[in-house]
Amino acid sequence: MATLTNAPALRRKARRERLRTLGFLSPWLVGFTVFFGYPLIATVYFSFMHYNQIEAPTFVGLRNWRYVLEQMPLFGPALWNTLWLVVVMVALRVVFGLGIGLLVTRIKSGAGFFRTAFYLPYLAPPVAATVAFVFLLNPGTGPVNDILGNIGIHAPNWFNDPAWAKPSLVLLSLWGIGDLMVIFMAALLDVPKEQYEAAELDGAGAFHKFRYVTWPSITPIVMFAVVTGVVQTMQYYTQALVAGKLASGVSIGPGSVIQPGYPDHSTLTVPQLVYSLGFQNFNTGAACVLSLVLFAIAMAVTTLLMRKRAGLLSAED
Amino acid sequence: MTATTALSAPSAPTHPAAGRSPAPAARRRAALHWIAVHTVAIAAALFFILPFVFVFLTSVMSDDQALSGDLWPTEWNWSNYADVFNTPGFLDWWRNSLMYAGLGTLFTVCSSIPVAYALAKFRFRGRRTAMIMVISTMMLPPQVIVIPMYLVWAQQLHLSGSLWPLIIPMAFGDAYSIFLLRQFLLTIPREYLESAKVDGSGELGTLLRIVVPMAKPGIAAVALFQFFYCWNDYFGPQIYAAQNPGAWTLSYGLESFKSAHSVNWNLTMAATLLVMAPVIIIFFFAQKAFVEGVTLTGVKG
Repeated sequence: MATLTNAPALRRKARRERLRTLGFLSPWLVGFTVFFGYPLIATVYFSFMHYNQIEAPTFVGLRNWRYVLEQMPLFGPALWNTLWLVVVMVALRVVFGLGIGLLVTRIKSGAGFFRTAFYLPYLAPPVAATVAFVFLLNPGTGPVNDILGNIGIHAPNWFNDPAWAKPSLVLLSLWGIGDLMVIFMAALLDVPKEQYEAAELDGAGAFHKFRYVTWPSITPIVMFAVVTGVVQTMQYYTQALVAGKLASGVSIGPGSVIQPGYPDHSTLTVPQLVYSLGFQNFNTGAACVLSLVLFAIAMAVTTLLMRKRAGLLSAED
Repeated sequence: MTATTALSAPSAPTHPAAGRSPAPAARRRAALHWIAVHTVAIAAALFFILPFVFVFLTSVMSDDQALSGDLWPTEWNWSNYADVFNTPGFLDWWRNSLMYAGLGTLFTVCSSIPVAYALAKFRFRGRRTAMIMVISTMMLPPQVIVIPMYLVWAQQLHLSGSLWPLIIPMAFGDAYSIFLLRQFLLTIPREYLESAKVDGSGELGTLLRIVVPMAKPGIAAVALFQFFYCWNDYFGPQIYAAQNPGAWTLSYGLESFKSAHSVNWNLTMAATLLVMAPVIIIFFFAQKAFVEGVTLTGVKG
């Protein structure tokens, strides 16, 4: 470099560029510090405090941690339900989404209609979709069990049966598969046609073509769908909460406290427990411990994502 | 398609007989394939569409019929929709949802564009770290940081009972929007920016005059996603607006609407459709931007 000739000018230019960069990044730098950095540190602080949001916080050491991890009766069910949903919901969503994606790429007539039909439910607001499903699957008044009964199928009690409540939530999430359909569809259309032709010349059948041509080229997208699915499902909240409340049939006014997770805690997830501890029981310390547990799991998954999908940081980095 | 015809065409003249005889069999196989694919597609379409149909049909039934499990309304009570609008508070929820989604989208787009631009086009130390931090916050469950944030908004700033604690942070960039916009901006060739700079345009001028117009589809996708995120948000309004029904949004109010009308499934389904309606209407006007946004996050990594 021509550092000898005009070093001060270059240094001034470098400083101007640094300031310019900081300027452009400033909205996010402020946001990250105030709305992410601060609360994260405060959460750690509160996790060592006894605090009911009225009296001043008092230091209690590891008492909240021990309470949540060893004694709290609902921690086990909530963690189990969340993990169950993470495994079952994500697996079925990826398989079903890929199936619908494959189907869409093969449709010759009315492709636009079908694509729109498959995509639309993804847009339905989660609360509206949940309210609709609780009605549709309602054992007494809903049309689904009526139809199934007419064709001789003894239908379950869906959201009102502890064994069926989570599968009902899975069904609801499969209905909103549109986002996965679109990314799988795009990935499938990106597979080079020549590779299929080469495989056909070698006498490959449909299965072999999928196994040796399609699959290797869409694996990164499947991986992406799995990891983002896991992160999303760990935040699973609205649908579980609304389905539980509505199916329980309890009339809920503002301020009334009901045990979440109807029936029998079968739909209680970790995020619901955070809300319940922090905003209904005012046990701020325990709620903060639980959010840190959630944070640890989320970070572990995110780190995995960074490793497995360096592609996220792509091209020019 | 073109590759297939190019490959098969030369073989036809050399074996005219062989070329003709498998044709009916191949055509039959293609027809069977067509039928199989479309049968599965129709079955799948029923799974996706029937819930909307049942919800709509129930929304126009009488109170009694909505409880009966009937599929087809004996009379069409369009007045159910008027009843929903006349429910105290329902119009306020519309107004609040529009305010939250409208301002939230505007703030997010304005604050995220410069950040995404810097992350996509500037070369500086710590760029990769910054990207990792953006993606980490994108992945973070909102429940992790909500408790201290709530305490600040409620106890120090006295803004709980309103939607401002949800709207104001959006003026400081949103990780998902930054990520999506950056992915989009990476596709703009550097030469455009450099030639603008040669013409004497400053960085801000380049951003506003060259980048923003070129990135319109990406910006549209981000705006749509953010609008829908706010419109659909339940957790946020539950945290900050729960104590004050005057600040509820449609998404939050809908569930309590059902609780208040505990037996009226017909009104509830009408309200449900009214909450879905804006999203679906906007989608039909902006399909392309949408699909582009979804594929951009997933594929163009």
